[in-house]
Amino acid sequence: MNYNWNWNIFWDIAPDGTGTYFESLIAGLKWTLATAGLGWVIALVLGLVIGTLRTAPNKWLVRAANAYVELFRNIPLIVQMFLWYFVFPEVLPESWGTALKQLPNAPFVTAVLSLGFFTSARVAVQVSTGINALPRGQKMAGTALGLTLPQTYRYVLLPMAFRIIIPSLINEVAAIIKNSSVALSIGLIELMASTRSMQEMSFKTFEAFSAATIIYLIVSVVAILMSNLLEKKLRVPGFITAGSANSGGH
Amino acid sequence: MGNFDFDVIQRSWVYLFQTGMVFTLKLTFLSMTGGIIIGTLLAMMRLSSNKLINLVASGYVNLMRSIPLVLVLFWFYFLVPYIGAWIIGANEPVAVGAFSSCLITFVMFEAAYYCEIMRSGIQSIPRGQIWAGYAMGMNYWQTMGHIVLPQAFRNMIPILLTQTIVLFQDVSLVSILSIPDFFGSAAKVAQRDGRLVEMYSFAAVVYFIMCFGLSALVKKLQAKVAIIR
Repeated sequence: MNYNWNWNIFWDIAPDGTGTYFESLIAGLKWTLATAGLGWVIALVLGLVIGTLRTAPNKWLVRAANAYVELFRNIPLIVQMFLWYFVFPEVLPESWGTALKQLPNAPFVTAVLSLGFFTSARVAVQVSTGINALPRGQKMAGTALGLTLPQTYRYVLLPMAFRIIIPSLINEVAAIIKNSSVALSIGLIELMASTRSMQEMSFKTFEAFSAATIIYLIVSVVAILMSNLLEKKLRVPGFITAGSANSGGH
Repeated sequence: MGNFDFDVIQRSWVYLFQTGMVFTLKLTFLSMTGGIIIGTLLAMMRLSSNKLINLVASGYVNLMRSIPLVLVLFWFYFLVPYIGAWIIGANEPVAVGAFSSCLITFVMFEAAYYCEIMRSGIQSIPRGQIWAGYAMGMNYWQTMGHIVLPQAFRNMIPILLTQTIVLFQDVSLVSILSIPDFFGSAAKVAQRDGRLVEMYSFAAVVYFIMCFGLSALVKKLQAKVAIIR
């Protein structure tokens, strides 16, 4: 065990001209947060729609929504990213494909899309679990009051379901931040990739990894604290939270 | 899309499955076994009344659960040679094969997730059964081994297996370290032959079929193993 620790390495200038190593890690963190944030918007919107459709009274809508969920859940994330990055532009009409490949920051766009769709399937499962956790009487009461089905969903079921599943959505937010590290495989310089490049340029492997570990820890602690506040604020009295940590997955 | 080249799949599928898929499946199976064993021990530690033991286990589990698998893969990939050198007292980091390095990573990482599953499994057993065990004169290990763990394990089989399917998918991340698991070897062929579309689509289809089939099996099993009370 003769490894020479040098914790001052973070203040050295990186040879690639991005400033100090510390600054390049922070730049990576910004890309991580941007990717996860935008991906989360896609995931939440699509997940709400698909999750609602999974509880719709139409057999074909349910089947289509289930197929969507199975498709995005049963292919590993890195494979999905490669599909979006390498395969998707080829399948499109040629002019679209070329336009996509010439985007100024193609890895970022690809990472956001693939993370968004991947997470949307998981959010959809949580949403439908939440809706199914509500007593059947709520839907009936909505209909009995003269609300149409979309109105029942909009004013009764979804607001309730959403508040019930907040703890599991929090898990998904933590997961999408962690999963964004997979984007290093398609060349996005997010936190993990900037850690890697610091390691390769400075040969200070364990300092670089320690820094990344601490940054990821801080991010997840902040995310958990913020969401605990949110959960306390929005909790529905009397309802046990549905589908929490132990549904498997990361 | 008209020039989809099926030939490259035909040429390479023996390699993909014999080298790649065997690696992936072996790693999944061994990591699951190791992960469940260490995860169960961690769960018992987390439920211990000893504060120190409790703190160590919770710290470990929470740390592992808040950092990405990719980072853990890199950590162990570079750290294991040093740990090896420390154990055998060598001066230089020792060379550790790709498979053992990945195996250690996945066992240590997944143990944290299996721990949380086993913890809620153990907690699902009524406390009275543990007291009954002690009242019969059994010690902690006997109570755990004969009464609590068998039931906890049985209750949790479907979730443990679902987590294993996640693990099976996660193994594809070792391709980042250029290790030829199933996806890594598909990527290798893709780059060698310039057939990205074909190989990545093929890998996706194979993963889909396997994971879909396995989750259908888990669903069936779920109905079977449920303890009727």
